[in-house]
Amino acid sequence: MATTMSDKKIKEKSIKMTGSEALIKSLEAEGVEIIFGIPGGVLLPIYDALYMNRKVKPILMRHEQCAAHAADGYARATGKVGVCIATSGPGATNLVTGIANAYMDSIPIVAITGQVTSSVIGTDAFQEADITGITLPIVKHSYLVKDVNDLPRIIKEAFYLAKTGRPGPVLIDIPKDISLAEINFSYPEEINLPGYKPTVKANQKQIRQAAKAIIEAKKPVIYAGGGVISAEAASELTDLAELAHIPVTTTLLGIGAINSNHKLNLGMLGMHGSRFANYAITETDLIIAIGVRFDDRVTGKLAEFAKGARVIHADIDPAEIGKNVEPKIPIVGSAKNILHALVEELKKHSLPRRSEWLKQVDDWKKRHPLNYEQKNGIPKPEFVVDTISELTKGKNTIITTGVGQNQMWAAQYYKAKRPRTFISSGGLGTMGFGLPSAIGAQFGKPKDLVFVIDGDGSFQMVSQELTTIKVNNLPVKIAILNNSYLGMVRQWQQIFHGKHYSASCLQADYTCEPGCSQPGGKCPPYVPDFVKLAEAYGITGLRVDKAKDVKKTIEKAIKIDGSVLIEFVVEKEENVFPMVAPGAPINQMLDKDDIV
Amino acid sequence: MKHLLSVLVENKPGVLARVAGLFSRRGFNIDTLAVGPTDDEHFSRMTIVLDAEEHSLEQITKQLHKLVNVVKINEFRQGEAVNRELVLFKVKADAKNRARIIEIADIFRAKIIDVSKNNVIIEVTGTTSKIKAIEDLLSQYGIVELATTGKVALSRG
Repeated sequence: MATTMSDKKIKEKSIKMTGSEALIKSLEAEGVEIIFGIPGGVLLPIYDALYMNRKVKPILMRHEQCAAHAADGYARATGKVGVCIATSGPGATNLVTGIANAYMDSIPIVAITGQVTSSVIGTDAFQEADITGITLPIVKHSYLVKDVNDLPRIIKEAFYLAKTGRPGPVLIDIPKDISLAEINFSYPEEINLPGYKPTVKANQKQIRQAAKAIIEAKKPVIYAGGGVISAEAASELTDLAELAHIPVTTTLLGIGAINSNHKLNLGMLGMHGSRFANYAITETDLIIAIGVRFDDRVTGKLAEFAKGARVIHADIDPAEIGKNVEPKIPIVGSAKNILHALVEELKKHSLPRRSEWLKQVDDWKKRHPLNYEQKNGIPKPEFVVDTISELTKGKNTIITTGVGQNQMWAAQYYKAKRPRTFISSGGLGTMGFGLPSAIGAQFGKPKDLVFVIDGDGSFQMVSQELTTIKVNNLPVKIAILNNSYLGMVRQWQQIFHGKHYSASCLQADYTCEPGCSQPGGKCPPYVPDFVKLAEAYGITGLRVDKAKDVKKTIEKAIKIDGSVLIEFVVEKEENVFPMVAPGAPINQMLDKDDIV
Repeated sequence: MKHLLSVLVENKPGVLARVAGLFSRRGFNIDTLAVGPTDDEHFSRMTIVLDAEEHSLEQITKQLHKLVNVVKINEFRQGEAVNRELVLFKVKADAKNRARIIEIADIFRAKIIDVSKNNVIIEVTGTTSKIKAIEDLLSQYGIVELATTGKVALSRG
């Protein structure tokens, strides 16, 4: 691990200080510049230590869940460890969703929670919650600090665990008396974790076998995921694809691992993947799976998934290999190391050009492109995303998304060019992730243009964070695709539940007749007025309800210095297509015409 | 199929909860679990007997390995290890049949560790099959209560 100058200085002499001060010194030693959180009773000593500190900046969020998401967004945008902090009891339990989200997507965050004084732990004291117990299944590791002298070691270990191997969240629970206790502080240099030795370097024999399989394959496909991005292996991935002439499909979390405009990129596969990606993975004779976990949203019906294919599965986590699909060639290691080794090995051989296979893939691309039809009048959500993508392409742009239809349209139509520029909640599917993760991303990348693509349902789960955006002058642009529904729920109700729009209409109130499936007519007015809401927070609010205004409004928003919220009143019953029904094979895709 | 895992863990608070939590979260069943310190106070050994197919067993061990406090896992196949469990049986025994029960205990090299008017408590150590055999014999007199340590094991050699 890299040691910084301040790190060394701290080590030279041990200084008497409080546990709180030791915590902050340790964070400084880890290079932490920003922590997202909300203070509270048992955190008072820690926030007191932050009061005059110039190196570690506390950002006051408006909800702890958003503090965790902001740390998560910061980590995804920068590749560094994100840090969030919450007080005991409700503060800590509010972090839970954010921690679970980071766990499912393998994002390195350190969550610090205050705990009641050691002597009253277990007595149901005021604001006591067993947060290490509550979070046990959703953390990579966790600590309850019982002795102040352990604190520096624990922090060192926590950061190391969060960012190495398969990254993930680590929680540190600090009782108030530990924060107040005196310690002779020195920051440890060594880490001693006898049970933690992640394999980074791949086995050379496996690499040779994989290279052989790649050379022999007629119709190979690379299936790349978040592991490629977290290992900073995007350029190695593109090298492999170009060298061996292999098309690449990515998972949702893999978006950005290869430029969307690259001729070998097939975009996202799976439930809402492109037809050409799903056809390619169905017809392939060799899947080169890297940093992925064969999630059900990707594979569809597992028994039918890529039946004729041999599988090379490369991942840093041995437990992922063979969990869902039994690979022919397993490789444990970091995606960067594996891809580099594969490229080097393949360079020794002459490689087939696979022109027939690439022609077939191109043909699918031409015959089944992602498409939508934008007529004059009400804007289509796909058109909005497409236009955002077009108008931001010359800038360093980071997209964050909510969860649901907005997220899938963003994944389909936004053309990400670099890793860490498409930030979305994958495994947990956490609605509300877009806005707070954008806050983290903007703090991490202050010069980038951060654009939230959100749904009206998702956005309303976290709208209080407009305050955080405003008071910190974050120039985050927010595009709300308002279809006045929990759109993905409504889509499933339309397709699988006979158009029973049960509790998915965001306009409905208690006077609505049961059995309504028709938007429009005598519906109650939409609440809230997003433009007025933005204005109440001192943020520019714009509304677009005509397709012809989409482009100029986005242009205007980009030109404005501060944050802008644009409400796009879009086609209410637009669906995300193509779509694979849950449990169906992924080459059986539904389209607009298949729906009654 | 039954499997015997010997898991060396760091002797730290919450380790048992992590291991038990992992089993329940991933839907694996533990038959027995015995835990205690080793000769090195920094480590404990968990001996776990579980019922699982080969594929799930592989998942279980891989997931266990991911726990930061788990240092080493051995799966003991038949004959690779010696294993024992200790069981206490409280058996109905009056003046009439007490002698016969003591005779059974002697044959199995079990010990009588408590005698009262209506019951005896027998301590028996051994392999699962031996324990099953004595249990079958004792059950005809009526087993009032039973307590077991679960299996503990060490590799041979």
